[in-house]
Amino acid sequence: MATQVIMPKLSPTMEEGQLSRWLKKEGDKVSMGEPLAEIDTDKATMEMQALGNGVLRKIFIQEGESAPLGQLIAIIGEPDEDISSFTNQAPASAAAKADAPVADAPAEADAPIVEKKEEAEEPKPAKPAETETPASGNGSHTPAPAAQPASGRLIVSPLAARMAAESGIDLRSVNGSGPGGRIIKRDVEGLITQQGSAAPTAAKKQTQLRAVPSPGQKSAINAPSAYRDEPASEMRRTIAKRLVTSLGPVPHFFLTTEIEMDRAAEMRSGINALDPGLKISINDIIIKVAAAALLQHPQVNASYQDKVVRYYEHADIGVAVAIEEGLITPIVRAADQKSLSEIANEVRELAGRARERKLKPEEFIGATFSISNLGMFGIDEFTAVINPPEGAILAIGAMSPKPVVRDNEIVVRQMMRVTMSCDHRVIDGATGAKFLQTFKKILENPLFLVV
Amino acid sequence: MAIVTMREALNQALREEMQRDKNVFLMGEEVGAYQGAYKVTKGLLEELGPKRVIDTPITELGFAGLGVGAAMAGLRPIVEFMTFNFSILATDQIINSAAKMLYMSGGQFNIPIVFRGPGGSAFQVSSQHSQALESWFAYFPGLKVVMPSTPADAKGLLKSAIRDNDPVIFIEQERMYGNKGEVSDDPEFTIPLGVADIKREGKDATIVARSLMVPVALKAAEALEKEGISCEVIDPRTIRPLDIKTIVESVKKTNRVVIAEESHPFCGVAAEIASEIMERAFDYLDAPVKRVSGVDVPMPYAKNLEDAAIPKVEQIVAAVKEVSYL
Repeated sequence: MATQVIMPKLSPTMEEGQLSRWLKKEGDKVSMGEPLAEIDTDKATMEMQALGNGVLRKIFIQEGESAPLGQLIAIIGEPDEDISSFTNQAPASAAAKADAPVADAPAEADAPIVEKKEEAEEPKPAKPAETETPASGNGSHTPAPAAQPASGRLIVSPLAARMAAESGIDLRSVNGSGPGGRIIKRDVEGLITQQGSAAPTAAKKQTQLRAVPSPGQKSAINAPSAYRDEPASEMRRTIAKRLVTSLGPVPHFFLTTEIEMDRAAEMRSGINALDPGLKISINDIIIKVAAAALLQHPQVNASYQDKVVRYYEHADIGVAVAIEEGLITPIVRAADQKSLSEIANEVRELAGRARERKLKPEEFIGATFSISNLGMFGIDEFTAVINPPEGAILAIGAMSPKPVVRDNEIVVRQMMRVTMSCDHRVIDGATGAKFLQTFKKILENPLFLVV
Repeated sequence: MAIVTMREALNQALREEMQRDKNVFLMGEEVGAYQGAYKVTKGLLEELGPKRVIDTPITELGFAGLGVGAAMAGLRPIVEFMTFNFSILATDQIINSAAKMLYMSGGQFNIPIVFRGPGGSAFQVSSQHSQALESWFAYFPGLKVVMPSTPADAKGLLKSAIRDNDPVIFIEQERMYGNKGEVSDDPEFTIPLGVADIKREGKDATIVARSLMVPVALKAAEALEKEGISCEVIDPRTIRPLDIKTIVESVKKTNRVVIAEESHPFCGVAAEIASEIMERAFDYLDAPVKRVSGVDVPMPYAKNLEDAAIPKVEQIVAAVKEVSYL
């Protein structure tokens, strides 16, 4: 049985992939799960695994070539198997198939020996179960048979599925009252009413539903932050609507402050002197301080999600890294829970892989706040553009000695200017200013980090 | 406005249109001297003369072909089938000539013809004379298919059918000729083809019904109203072109739909409507579309069995409750 190897979907936004490197060549034995090739997506270089056992019989696209999702790029089969039906259809027909992501089975008449292996199809992104609907019985006029929870499949009416999706209801928590446990309109309606009328309690309930279990545990530290959704108030929605009409889809505003960095710099050299293995940077300290400040200002560690304002439990901080082709923001998950050395190591490791374009999607998608530092380029101050749906981004300028007035005397201090871009739909001026005040206070007196 | 039977309303439409346009003529078995097997053509021979109202031999294929030829020559024939069961004999002329002439002549020949007569079940006339054939004719591009359910609709739609420049299949329900209703006597009163009528407004469920099933669906809606279920009853009136927009709008409002029909279920008009609803309003459906169709057997002769083969109020009520999960 031959297995068709097709261009898989390796990132949520990927439309085509470039074959970076074949890890096997024609004639090599391959087994299920073994790395077969490296694929460059729009975001990263990722390994593609073999989905069948046998010999890599034929490669259709060479290193450096691109193929749309679903295109046949190679065949795995038995050494003596007839694969002529596949070789005939590629690459010319493979290109023609760009519109049909799932490779067609060969016409049976042409290839009596070769069977398409079902599993060889595109590894489909796991569909949320709630969008599935029951297949109707063949000509049967009786209601669908009882649901089979054993299969883990939810039975939902199309309307109920749509309503749940629109109001962000997790259908797995809903009991269906229709025949065979089908989830129907009235089941979802009930929940929507609950959600609307009992906002505070509903919000609490949702936290429980969505929370990553035991956030304190180490195991959860590298997972995306848990959050609670609170219905956006009328005023919040009006603010959102009005501001968007004024400035782009994300209404930015900017807050700038100047921070005295002497103590932070002192702390950095002090720590690094403790152990030659430690290489803490000022930026690592900034990440840590931002995380600490975010926990004190949950309104800033938040994002506007159309109908709700989402508050995150942890500070998952995106760190903008310039790479050759552009930039990417790898994420330090739960930076509020990590030590400076952990943050330093993680940032170094992530930035390294970012430059090699080896980040996995979950490592750069879904930060709760971002930091962009152009200090190393001698930039005094700048404004950064928010990475939606995050609520804010902090732009860090260069640290430089400047004359300042302290106790009525002019003295020289290491000063650094930071500018926070805020999404006005979720953060108001005073809210952002208070956060920045805390950020400045801690950074100027880093001992607060241990208080 | 006057209260008349569907038979009288059709008679008015024929008379008015024949008076309005001298190119309109009527032919069929017993339409003249006998004044129609169902008296729809009563008085027309006397008023309009033997050149306009023509009795034919019992040759459906022959006079249907004569009609197509007359239409090609510029006349506007109305061909009456004593019942649509006999139109089966004339289908070659209807389907191969009338429906396709405009297309195959490269647009040279419009066929402004109406094939009309009673269809569906009657009273104990058994299998060969109790057939709902609308899905046959609706299948073919080139034909329009009309099925009125009230005297007013019958008059307004027949007048539009006669004025239409394409072949129209106009199926009158044999059991409904005596049904009474208010009908306009304005000679310019017409109802456009391809426009559905909301016979009753409601919000909880949509019942799509045509012809004989419209009054049955309205009774079901009344019964359901007493139980607090508000039904919208939609009569497409024209099967082709089908006013699917009105149906879909209703389904978007009610989220559930029952389609009632007298015909057999398999490959029937309800199957087509169900498919259209699924394609256009899938995300609005809270339950599978439910059909209530005639039983899938040749119509029995025995009165009790005939009765059991035609959809009843109770079946529509049960179907609405099923799609409402009640």
